[in-house]
Amino acid sequence: MHRNITRKIRKISYSKAIREGIDQVMQESSNLVVIGEGVPDPKSIFLTTEGLREKYGKKRVFDMPLAENGMTGICIGAAIDGTRVLMIHQRIDFALLAMDQIINNAAKWHYMFDGQMTVPIVIRVIIGRGWGQGPQHSQGLQALFAHIPGLKVIMPATAKDAKGMMITALRDNNPVIFIEHRWLHHIEDDVPEEVYGSDIDKAQVIRRGSDVTIVASSLMVMESLKVAKVLSEIDIDMEVVDLRSVRPIDINTIMQSVVKTKKIIVVDAAWKAGGIAGEIVAQVVDNGFDLLERAPLRISLPEHPVPTSHYMADYYYQDAKEIAEQVMEFFGYQGNKESIFDLLNTGYHRDVPTKNFHGPF
Amino acid sequence: MIKNVVSMTTQYPCNNSLVSDGSALTDIFRRLLRIRRIEEAIAVRYLEWNMRCPMHLSIGQEAIPVGISMHLTDKDHVFSSHRSHGHYLAKGGDLKGMVAELYGKETGCCGGRGGSMHLVDLKVGFIGSTPIVGGTVPLAVGNAWSASLKNIDRVSVIYFGDGCFEEGVLHESMNFASLYKLPVIFVCENNGYSVYTQLKERQPNRKISGIAKSHGLSVHKGDGNDVLGIASIADKAINSARNGEGPQFLEFQTYRWLEHCGQNDDDDLEYRPRRELLTWKNKCPIERLKTHIVEQCLVTEQQIDLIEHDIKTEISNAFEFASNSPEPSPAQMRNHIYAS
Ligand SMILES: Cc1ncc(C[n+]2csc(CCOP(=O)(O)OP(=O)(O)O)c2C)c(N)n1
Ligand SMILES: [Mg+2]
Repeated sequence: MHRNITRKIRKISYSKAIREGIDQVMQESSNLVVIGEGVPDPKSIFLTTEGLREKYGKKRVFDMPLAENGMTGICIGAAIDGTRVLMIHQRIDFALLAMDQIINNAAKWHYMFDGQMTVPIVIRVIIGRGWGQGPQHSQGLQALFAHIPGLKVIMPATAKDAKGMMITALRDNNPVIFIEHRWLHHIEDDVPEEVYGSDIDKAQVIRRGSDVTIVASSLMVMESLKVAKVLSEIDIDMEVVDLRSVRPIDINTIMQSVVKTKKIIVVDAAWKAGGIAGEIVAQVVDNGFDLLERAPLRISLPEHPVPTSHYMADYYYQDAKEIAEQVMEFFGYQGNKESIFDLLNTGYHRDVPTKNFHGPF
Repeated sequence: MIKNVVSMTTQYPCNNSLVSDGSALTDIFRRLLRIRRIEEAIAVRYLEWNMRCPMHLSIGQEAIPVGISMHLTDKDHVFSSHRSHGHYLAKGGDLKGMVAELYGKETGCCGGRGGSMHLVDLKVGFIGSTPIVGGTVPLAVGNAWSASLKNIDRVSVIYFGDGCFEEGVLHESMNFASLYKLPVIFVCENNGYSVYTQLKERQPNRKISGIAKSHGLSVHKGDGNDVLGIASIADKAINSARNGEGPQFLEFQTYRWLEHCGQNDDDDLEYRPRRELLTWKNKCPIERLKTHIVEQCLVTEQQIDLIEHDIKTEISNAFEFASNSPEPSPAQMRNHIYAS
């Protein structure tokens, strides 16, 4: 007799997917707590913690004093004792206050005590952008975390991964930095209803192509996919690799693609110097010095903070249009670039994620 | 939008030497009203979506910086955080520069780089505000330390909220300020909330001021909606700091009328007890002073109308200035990465 397992898949947003992942792991492990400034408040961290306090109560879902460094240490202390912790910062910039605890304690406790203890903590940090977030509320700091052995650092791009990688991260026995981009929160994707974990150490080819390998992470995956679609019309066939994890970097998946395309472009919404893009290029060269037909290209942010004023910030970010421009340049494309740009024009202001977004953050 | 204020105000209970000085009180009234009207104008025009940055308005909390700034000179230095319009304006910060900054224009007080959360006006000693909670607290202490190292007669003021009191850096800063008896004024604007979270959800039932006292600071507490009371506390505290008596900690109870960030009244979200907002609106710092000076016949209705009129003109000029100001060119964002 066949049992028909109907696996329900439906479209939900990235933030709903995160919420579902947290909810499902809270159900399966009663020693998981969630804490962060605003977790149970009416805005519930962009709806990612909505209803959790009501469902799991005040002993598992916590608001938090404004004390990022001390509270991170407190969470690490609890995690060492076997209380699994999900800690949330509304901006990655606020986690900077906690770098001592993250780097000196969370990342090293297991190692420096010879593996006798573990630190099962996930720290969610959100990269802001637009509507005048300015220099202290919108930094792409992934490289800072990825530099640290002992941390796992992930940047899911799709709602499906947001849920699956959240589940895996929460089940992991190591500190995991879960980096989200504010502009991904509203984007919907097919997400299975069931409980599933997705790899947190693997990249994934998200679009097959033969001419060039584009490695991107987080929001830049979405931008790169738009570019790939449009450039296919001028016969540039991009293979897009969703990096997913910035520590470790899954060089095998990247190399499999580069072996085929013999060209690599990395898109990383962060500063170039000392960044993830450079690290990937270095690893590609280490692993395939003879493979490359052209010098690799890194598409990153200008080497200065982002100003608040949209009159300037609009020219700071490297989105689909800027990526397309550089890819066409990379291929020496001589045709009409303006018609390509037209296809990539969103038709609304560049400092908002959606047409009707009016801040405040 | 801002709902109309209920004008049922509490009596003015201040026994201060200022209470009967008509021209001084009228001036204080003007300063308070000016900040209120500026922020109301911002709230209304925010909906045009040309001020494209997060905006933390201080409507309801105007009395604190007004009462304090009365005793500061342009040589004294002020630092602040995300909710800084009132601090900036009370210190004499240029209105046009501020509004242009909100519009992201080249003529803004930091050339459009900062927006609402990053104000500066060095001419009047407003050194800077930034939105990482606690970020500027040690800078103010460093500012006072530097003044004492250089033997400069100056006090440094740092404004922060009840939420900031939870940050470790605040306590590290108080410790050092106290150790070296630095001329710094810590001003805690206790509005009872950090975003949607009540104080009692974040701090145990003990006094904020008690902790400051334990750090060795001189502590003063007051009603943050009583501008004359604030002024007399500030007078004393600032003088003590100037006289080498060390850091001062001022805690004022007050209340934010609008949402944490943005132009709306968000009382419908019910994170605050019912009628709490109304109770505080009835303690409006501006209505309170106005009632006093009107009842004591220290000001005439015509004078008040004139003040309103002047403020209105100043505000519309500032918005016009901002609207007509040039946009910064994209290339300008590459300036000032390093000092020469
Ligand atoms: C280090 C840090 N953590 C969190 C935030 C987010 N945040 C901005 S303002 C704010 C509330 C601050 O409350 P309080 O200090 O009482 O000032 P108020 O807003 O009430 O004036 C929070 C949590 C931040 N900007 N910086
Ligand atoms: Mg507060």
